[in-house]
Amino acid sequence: MLAGSRPGVGKAATSRRLAPLCSPSPGKSKEAEIKRINKELANIRSKFKGDKALDGYSKKKYVCKLLFIFLLGHDIDFGHMEAVNLLSSNRYTEKQIGYLFISVLVNSNSELIRLINNAIKNDLASRNPTFMGLALHCIANVGSREMAEAFAGEVPKILVAGDTMDSVKQSAALCLLRLYRTSPDLVPMGDWTSRVVHLLNDQHLGVVTAATSLITTLAQKNPEEFKTSVSLAVSRLSRIVTSASTDLQDYTYYFVPAPWLSVKLLRLLQCYPPPEDPAVRGRLTECLETILNKAQEPPKSKKVQHSNAKNAVLFEAISLIIHHDSEPNLLVRACNQLGQFLQHRETNLRYLALESMCTLASSEFSHEAVKTHIDTVINALKTERDVSVRQRAVDLLYAMCDRSNAQQIVAEMLSYLETADYSIREEIVLKVAILAEKYAVDYAWYVDTILNLIRIAGDYVSEEVWYRVIQIVINRDDVQGYAAKTVFEALQAPACHENLVKVGGYILGEFGNLIAGDPRSSPLVQFNLLHSKFHLCSVPTRALLLSTYIKFVNLFPEVKPTIQDVLRGDSQLRNADVELQQRAVEYLRLSTVASTDILATVLEEMPPFPERESSILAKLKKKKGPSTVTDLEDTKRERSVDVNGGPEPAPASASAAVGPSPAVPACCDGLGNNLLLFCSLMFVCKNNGVLFENQLLQIGLKSEFRQNLGRMFIFYGNKTSTQFLNFTPTPVPRCGLDSLTRTHLNLQTKPVDPTVDGGAQVQQVVNIECVSDFTEAPVLNIQFRYGGTFQNVSVQLPITLNKFFQPTEMSSQDFFQRWKQLSNPQQEVQNIFKAKHPMDTEITKAKIIGFGSALLEEVDPNPANFVGAGIIHTKTSQTGCLLRLEPNLQAQMYRLTLRTSKETVSQRLCELLSQQF
Amino acid sequence: MSLALPLPYGCLVWIRFILIQNRAGKTRLAKWYMQFDDDEKQKLIEEVHAVVTVRDAKHTNFVEFRNFKIIYRRYAGLYFCICVDVNDNNLAYLEAIHNFVEVLNEYFHNVCELDLVFNFYKVYTVVDEMFLAGEIRETSQTKVLKQLLMLQSLE
Repeated sequence: MLAGSRPGVGKAATSRRLAPLCSPSPGKSKEAEIKRINKELANIRSKFKGDKALDGYSKKKYVCKLLFIFLLGHDIDFGHMEAVNLLSSNRYTEKQIGYLFISVLVNSNSELIRLINNAIKNDLASRNPTFMGLALHCIANVGSREMAEAFAGEVPKILVAGDTMDSVKQSAALCLLRLYRTSPDLVPMGDWTSRVVHLLNDQHLGVVTAATSLITTLAQKNPEEFKTSVSLAVSRLSRIVTSASTDLQDYTYYFVPAPWLSVKLLRLLQCYPPPEDPAVRGRLTECLETILNKAQEPPKSKKVQHSNAKNAVLFEAISLIIHHDSEPNLLVRACNQLGQFLQHRETNLRYLALESMCTLASSEFSHEAVKTHIDTVINALKTERDVSVRQRAVDLLYAMCDRSNAQQIVAEMLSYLETADYSIREEIVLKVAILAEKYAVDYAWYVDTILNLIRIAGDYVSEEVWYRVIQIVINRDDVQGYAAKTVFEALQAPACHENLVKVGGYILGEFGNLIAGDPRSSPLVQFNLLHSKFHLCSVPTRALLLSTYIKFVNLFPEVKPTIQDVLRGDSQLRNADVELQQRAVEYLRLSTVASTDILATVLEEMPPFPERESSILAKLKKKKGPSTVTDLEDTKRERSVDVNGGPEPAPASASAAVGPSPAVPACCDGLGNNLLLFCSLMFVCKNNGVLFENQLLQIGLKSEFRQNLGRMFIFYGNKTSTQFLNFTPTPVPRCGLDSLTRTHLNLQTKPVDPTVDGGAQVQQVVNIECVSDFTEAPVLNIQFRYGGTFQNVSVQLPITLNKFFQPTEMSSQDFFQRWKQLSNPQQEVQNIFKAKHPMDTEITKAKIIGFGSALLEEVDPNPANFVGAGIIHTKTSQTGCLLRLEPNLQAQMYRLTLRTSKETVSQRLCELLSQQF
Repeated sequence: MSLALPLPYGCLVWIRFILIQNRAGKTRLAKWYMQFDDDEKQKLIEEVHAVVTVRDAKHTNFVEFRNFKIIYRRYAGLYFCICVDVNDNNLAYLEAIHNFVEVLNEYFHNVCELDLVFNFYKVYTVVDEMFLAGEIRETSQTKVLKQLLMLQSLE
């Protein structure tokens, strides 16, 4: 089959007539082909325009030729009418060519659509199964909104009518599925839905195959209505997996009974939690065990088709087991099975096993079992020939990493990095950085790891990574001396990466004094070392080094004259770059006029950064796109903690020299005053941090949201040395004017211990449920007695509508199609405003992601614009949201447009997001 | 109005397109299951060709492609490619391709590339019998061939 091209042309009569048009031999010139085709087109045109009416046969012949010419890659701008005429023919071949022409060539807004729909309508009513099939396939292939309007009522009737032929039912089910995907609003649920579910019991497995796809899609949107499909799917599946390999005859593929149908049924079951009915649940568990058992049986055929079909079912069963995540026994068996595949000679299986194990690694039941395969996975990293397999191995190592194996995994990833493909280096760098931080017991190891990263793959180390190492060194005084010593040694290398110069410059500027006692790293040696790199560096790095120098002036008065000489040099004071020149001038002046005390104050050691979660995680997620399985897991576990205002600190900016402003929103003078703070803007795009602080009390937050539910941990810290008494914090939802009777948010919490000791911290957990969309954030009222006076504090809790956002990836095509669908004036809200912060692309992206929406790359034709999409989940509804942010750098303005199906949602999201830029 | 936004990732699954190309990049069949404009189609065709033809036989039959993945199989000089969502079942589509090829082979009695060229309108019929609306419609070779022969008798 397809073993080589045979001489001669096709057999059928039509084929021979087409032959002169086609030039499969590459020798003929393109020009000759075009000439021949133009001649043929002219001929066909004259036939169509001729006085003599063409008979059906000739019309079909010429429409077919046009189609052929179109498929060869030439434009066709006539013949549509003739094709539409063919639809009303009574001959199958003429009708078929007519429908094919329309599916391939007619776009949905054509004026012919009315005529086409009319012909389809006649064929649907014809009771001729062949014609009905052609008409249904045409609707399914075109799937336009006009067709949905015309046929969304009719198709379900055909599907469930008692006398419809099986093959027509199959087509009708999938036709309806297409219409539902295009225009769900036009396909209302009705009496037919319960009858569709019962198609799972149909005698004809082809009907079941088609119906299962339809039911799965409908069940995702309307789980309640299709709940009964679970038990039907389980019993159907059970009958298939327990059947002998010959029972299903036509549907047995290489000794595997109905593999595709089994896969579809297992997928349908993944729309639901494990069945509640113990009988159904037991039967399903039996099915899954049978599938796992069969994997251990000797193959019934040596053909790859047999093992592929069998394993297709097995992998889908494992997906269901992981989805349920409730049967430890099955999870561990699945893991052992995948473990065998890791060493299989089929590359496909090794790849799929690595991929599937990645999700198993995140289940508490199977995490340990996955870990036992670490050596095999490391080996895969070293020996696999296909980069995509190695990539899966990296993903799996990342997923199985925990405190017990972090050192080994990080070391292996580092050594792989030396030879890794360029396309995946940055991702590996991020993963190593995250693991090194997450599982660092010993921060010296962490510092070594990051410096190694810079040494091996400096070009792929993004700002987030080296910002992070600096944050950590500054916050941990036990590692500062070691860090200073290590960077100093690393900088000795004759050629070192610029990122190392940045980290080295920053760390020596802060902690160079810790190693200055050693004559081999005396202040002057340190300075000379850094300055020897200075001229080879880019402007931002040089700017950073100048800040290091002024820090040296404070740390080491003995090198002050040397540094002043450097600053005074023409290449600094008269530098063409304005930033460098300004720094040189200011630092030189500062070093001359300021007294030692002032200098010491201004150039004091950096204060610790507020503890925050890593922004590297956000970066990794952004890079991978939220579509891979591993990433789903990350989202699940880390959505709550990953988002972080932006890449801070920014050591390269001038403020670094004098320390950043503390990130605490201290907007309260507060002793005993009732202060109502407005929902802190910084919490719109992140979930953790300090909410409130005064001289007595600090309130910290950690929260996580999933769909319409959330959980918030509130930490109350007593900053004094005296007890707080009668400490009662109460979160209360507030009602907007529109909702005097309805609650939009449900908050549930337990009271905390009324006594808070001096210096102690208490925690309160608030469970949140979003019932419907809302504008007013809830308030946290806190009352307590402190030293005889009664204190009363009210703070807005940062629970905003966007917290219930779930990101949605979509293609450019989908995005703009939906965008157009939401074109009513009430659905769109737009705001044009001035930028309040520097217009930095990376920060903007991080904010949009932090806001909760997916950031869609390569969707907007203008790459400067940002677009996002997501769904707001509330208990009562799900609202799809599209957003577009257009920066205007020259005017320092933004235009933000929100389109959702609900006016209040558009309005609120636009308000919230506008404040962020 | 309720809105047609995609559901959470676990659920979003269907075939986006099917392509049959030869090694030189000539398209022998292109079947699209979502709306693309002509330029976009051309771009996808070229990208798929570039991605698939550089892989050798020892590689997997799967390759990541934009936000999707391509599952492909090579028969002599022809690449059969199916583009699906990343979390869909790779092996099921890999065998769906083979099932399709076996039907073509039976129907055209030892099929070759030129059969696909000259009988393009029949190939479309075979596709529609086996895949519809981006889903697998019928998997039984016997049933598909029976239907195809019945249709042929109407010609």
